[in-house]
Amino acid sequence: MAFLEVKDLQVYFPIKGGILNRTVEYTRAVDGVSFELEQGKTYGLVGESGSGKSTTGRAIIGLEDITSGQVLFEGKDITDKKAKNKNFRKDVQMIFQDPYSSLNPRKRVLDIVAEPLRNYEKLSKQEERKRVQELLDIVNVSPDSIFKYPHEFSGGQRQRIGVARAIALKPKLIIADEPVSALDVSVQAQVLNFLQEIQKELNLTYLFISHDLGVVKHMCDNISIMYKGRYVEQGSTKDIFENPQHIYTKRLIAAIPDIDPRNREKQFEFRKEVTKEYRESFNNYFDSNGLAFGLQSISDTHKVALPEKG
Amino acid sequence: MSNELLKIKNLSTSFRIGDEYYAAVDDVTLTLNKNEVLGIVGESGSGKSALAFSVMRLHTKAKIEGEVLLNNQDIVTMPKSKLDKIRGDEMAMIFQDPLTALNPLTPIGGQIEETLFLHNRKLGQQGRKKRAVELLDLVGIPNAERVFEQFPHELSGGMRQRVIIAIAIANDPKLLIADEPTTALDVTIQAQILDLIRELKEKIHAGIILITHDLGVVAEMADRVAVMYAGQIVEIASVEKLFENPLHPYTRSLLNSVPVEGQDTLHVIQGVVPSLKNLPREGCRFAARIPWVDASAHEENPTMHEVESGHFVRCTCHEHFYIPDQNEEKGEQSNGIS
Repeated sequence: MAFLEVKDLQVYFPIKGGILNRTVEYTRAVDGVSFELEQGKTYGLVGESGSGKSTTGRAIIGLEDITSGQVLFEGKDITDKKAKNKNFRKDVQMIFQDPYSSLNPRKRVLDIVAEPLRNYEKLSKQEERKRVQELLDIVNVSPDSIFKYPHEFSGGQRQRIGVARAIALKPKLIIADEPVSALDVSVQAQVLNFLQEIQKELNLTYLFISHDLGVVKHMCDNISIMYKGRYVEQGSTKDIFENPQHIYTKRLIAAIPDIDPRNREKQFEFRKEVTKEYRESFNNYFDSNGLAFGLQSISDTHKVALPEKG
Repeated sequence: MSNELLKIKNLSTSFRIGDEYYAAVDDVTLTLNKNEVLGIVGESGSGKSALAFSVMRLHTKAKIEGEVLLNNQDIVTMPKSKLDKIRGDEMAMIFQDPLTALNPLTPIGGQIEETLFLHNRKLGQQGRKKRAVELLDLVGIPNAERVFEQFPHELSGGMRQRVIIAIAIANDPKLLIADEPTTALDVTIQAQILDLIRELKEKIHAGIILITHDLGVVAEMADRVAVMYAGQIVEIASVEKLFENPLHPYTRSLLNSVPVEGQDTLHVIQGVVPSLKNLPREGCRFAARIPWVDASAHEENPTMHEVESGHFVRCTCHEHFYIPDQNEEKGEQSNGIS
């Protein structure tokens, strides 16, 4: 039994139009995505803006309504609205992208971090405060600051308060939606190191959603590449970076700026080649609607979206 | 004739908070040659955008001291009427956010024609339209004729950024300032825009100041790099030297915090970038963030030292700086986790 299994997930947003404001069409934000997560590992979900990566994350945790498909968490279908899935809500938490807007500016740190605790656990005031202080200690924010407001903290500290809130209920899975893209590099390093540390402490599983391949490469064991609501490639970090098969993956990798100025010319040439290949072989990799094909396994860990016969 | 296009001499830009002025850009001296790309790197709050805005004189309330010489004309003291002639013509700027830099109520064509109209009255209506379409073509926008009629909201982020570049280069500027031109864009679009800027550089022979926080972008684009911290330039060198042999502790820390192959734990710079009000005004401004380096290593009044030809670094503390051992550092940080 997989820890988390997503089967043929679809999230469509209606486009309203006409005189009666009826649904005329759908935007297929997530269009048939399937994957499995194992406990204790980090999974990267990469794509450009509009690829549906955030919607996938939000659909799993229940922030978007699922059009069709199943999400099985420890074997239980959590898309079934009738079933009581209180445990699931506790076990899966989210870290949001922008630490400046994901913390309520009118609440004190104590109230922000204690909110999940108040929802699920009946604690006395003293116990609650003690727990919040412990949590702040874990994320390296001074436990004395429980009565401060979010504006009194820097970006990195705020993001860590967001992490404290996410780990308050000892979750098993954390969905991190671009957790560092709003931060400066040095602060980014701090948050990334820290996420890795608490992963070991608490045996967390991460679904790490990002557009930054460099960061994903650093953090993740497994990477999926998404394009227009579908997966184009899925594999271990090594598969994706050393043996990319899909032209879209190659293009993304080629677009990462090289930090060594001596490789500059080489990188330009490489990028030009890949762009040319992308233009020429577009029809081999995408169907007539410009969407990716279904995934085909090419090794135990590596799947690529290729036309049926391979 | 010298090759020098822009010379910034002892430039300070101060903003008023309460009753006092605080310098966001503090005594910056720089030169930019023709046909050169100068990268300016730093974190948010380091003063890199304030510097760019000072060069363009876009600040309305700041106190600016020092000299900014563009082809020997001082921009700081120039009368407004003359400045209007130069800005958008001899020097132009590419702004960070393509979503907000364009007027949502005016078609694309009109926004390009505006710059052309203001700086080249001889060009008639027909001429302006022709030139505008030409420019859209030049920045790689397909169906330029159609885009000319469209409104900004009909274009994608990458396309809008191209339009902004088209406006910036409309009058063949000699100086182009690009303030985080790709930060709001996806990686593949970023690669396209950077390629475009590089191509345009060959075509229009402008000097470019590229402001970014992305070290990868600098490594790919710049000829020379200036690193800014807390309003000061702490290191200037050719791009090869800066990445091969970075000297200033800030530069080295920054390079070490970027994830690269085979690195387990990223280097974390202790503390935070000081806010404008709390900038240390005396001594080495980076000292507070490298407490393990002995205080005697810092100069009392750090100045720029030329270490090699063309490689300048502020303060002497780099001679005694080392990146502390990861484990040692980790032990310090993780106090209380277990």
